[in-house]
Amino acid sequence: MNDEIIRTENLSFAYPTDNEKNKIYALKNINLTVRKGEFVAILGRNGSGKSTLAKLLNLILIPNEGKIYIGDTLLNEDMSEEEIISLRRRIGMVFQNPDNQLVATVVEEDIAFGPENLGIAPKEIRKRVDDALKTVGMSKFAKHSPHQLSGGQKQRVAIAGILAMMPECIIFDESTAMLDPKGRHDVMETVEKLNRKNGLTVITITHNMEEAVRADRIIVIDQGEIVKEGTPKEVFSDVPKMHSIGLTVPQPAYLCYCLKSKGIDMPNGILTEEECADVICNLMKANQGKYDGNIHSTK
Amino acid sequence: MIKDITLGQFFPGDSVIHKADARVKVILCIFYIVMIFFAKSAASYLFLILSSVTFILMSHIPFKTVLRSFRALIFIIVFTSVINLFWTKGEVLWVHLGAIKIYREGVIQAVKMVVRLACLLCTSGVILSYTTSPIALTDALERLLSPLKKIRVPVHEFSMMMTIALRFIPTLVEETDKIMSAQKARGADFSSGGIIARVKSLVPVLIPLFVSAFRRADELAVAMECRCYHGGKGRTRMTEMHLKPMDFALIALFIASGAGIILLNYIHLSLYIPI
Repeated sequence: MNDEIIRTENLSFAYPTDNEKNKIYALKNINLTVRKGEFVAILGRNGSGKSTLAKLLNLILIPNEGKIYIGDTLLNEDMSEEEIISLRRRIGMVFQNPDNQLVATVVEEDIAFGPENLGIAPKEIRKRVDDALKTVGMSKFAKHSPHQLSGGQKQRVAIAGILAMMPECIIFDESTAMLDPKGRHDVMETVEKLNRKNGLTVITITHNMEEAVRADRIIVIDQGEIVKEGTPKEVFSDVPKMHSIGLTVPQPAYLCYCLKSKGIDMPNGILTEEECADVICNLMKANQGKYDGNIHSTK
Repeated sequence: MIKDITLGQFFPGDSVIHKADARVKVILCIFYIVMIFFAKSAASYLFLILSSVTFILMSHIPFKTVLRSFRALIFIIVFTSVINLFWTKGEVLWVHLGAIKIYREGVIQAVKMVVRLACLLCTSGVILSYTTSPIALTDALERLLSPLKKIRVPVHEFSMMMTIALRFIPTLVEETDKIMSAQKARGADFSSGGIIARVKSLVPVLIPLFVSAFRRADELAVAMECRCYHGGKGRTRMTEMHLKPMDFALIALFIASGAGIILLNYIHLSLYIPI
């Protein structure tokens, strides 16, 4: 049994240019594997090639070099449209701008769009639409028109539209970047629920660190190459590396790093504010008096 | 405020006509327009007016709103009736002022024309444009015209285009608003100067709007492709349209009124109005 959903081997991609010699690669030699049920975050700053990677994984772009496997199937250029569609339906994708991915004028019609394209029977579509709306908590907006909804709500409708196609994996391409904090929170909760409760494989492409912290695994991309891969704890402990490629780390991790570089004994891999506060508290209790002056003086 | 624009002339409601199947309404509308031109006798014209009023009442659309739709076409109504008035030749001369001759037949012809156009406007408005949402209308037309797909008329593509256009009108209106505010913040002036100056001042609004519309179109195309869109082939629909008893009742009503118009053609109301 193979539990890999996506595997790439030496994947490279360059956008077509007039001059064949000066090809600029958006992606170079990407080797990655995503397993069933995983929550993977792909981190990288603007222009690092992360969106290109998403489009390749969803078969919107065709790679110049290297291989992509979806499940056991190797993608090749001679595939018929039906074969590509049957692969594409397994990998859903939610984009950045919530407005530009809703097609219909009524929420439930929009969610039905995907299943309708797949030629599913009307009764089954109805059921899927209702289920998907329930999963993202938007059931009471079924008859609304998209322009009456907030950004976060639109994005959840977009997620429902993908869910109704019943993919094995959903790629979120900076899906929270354009949302306000409340909308971002709602969407992130939904994504996490889908992964933890429904067992859906999630790949989230982001430069929001708080989002990446929730993942099981982080893949860091810079200038088209994978530069680091590991659990959030591993990745965010390497502060100098992250800063060198123009990425920040979550504030608590940065605070720990700074304290540590001042010679204070902090454990590795602290990511949340609570954890950080606990550790600092314990440290202060254990060493009452020892650091007191030091801490006050740095204030 | 700009978000709440209504599209077309659709008035959401809950009447019998609102709830009827849009396909039925399209066909009935065409049927009724044809029937209007079958009316010949005074009795059938009266019946025509009566039935139009009935439809308006059934739709719960206020009379004021229906009459407002006349405003746009008032010119055509006046024009056709004036032509009929002066250019119809008959036997009984009523007015003779120099070159102007108005015959009784001309007056009757002009009145007929006005009644016809009025009934046509009222009925088509009440049955279709006021009571059918644009999206239901698009959907109905796609389904009604789907036999044309066999002769390669891109029916599905046209209806998809309509749907997307309707979907994006509010979005683009909002965007226009935003761009105008942004240009105003940079000192643009949209409200003074002559007509040419005002049109010119819209250029800095239209260019960003077009650029963004193209970008949206591009993103939407990718998103649609991701959702496995590949044209109308092999596509199913979530909502199946089934005719309900109410739809049959409506059809029966229209057939009855059509029959009424034709039958009344054979009844002459009186000797005073021998038409």
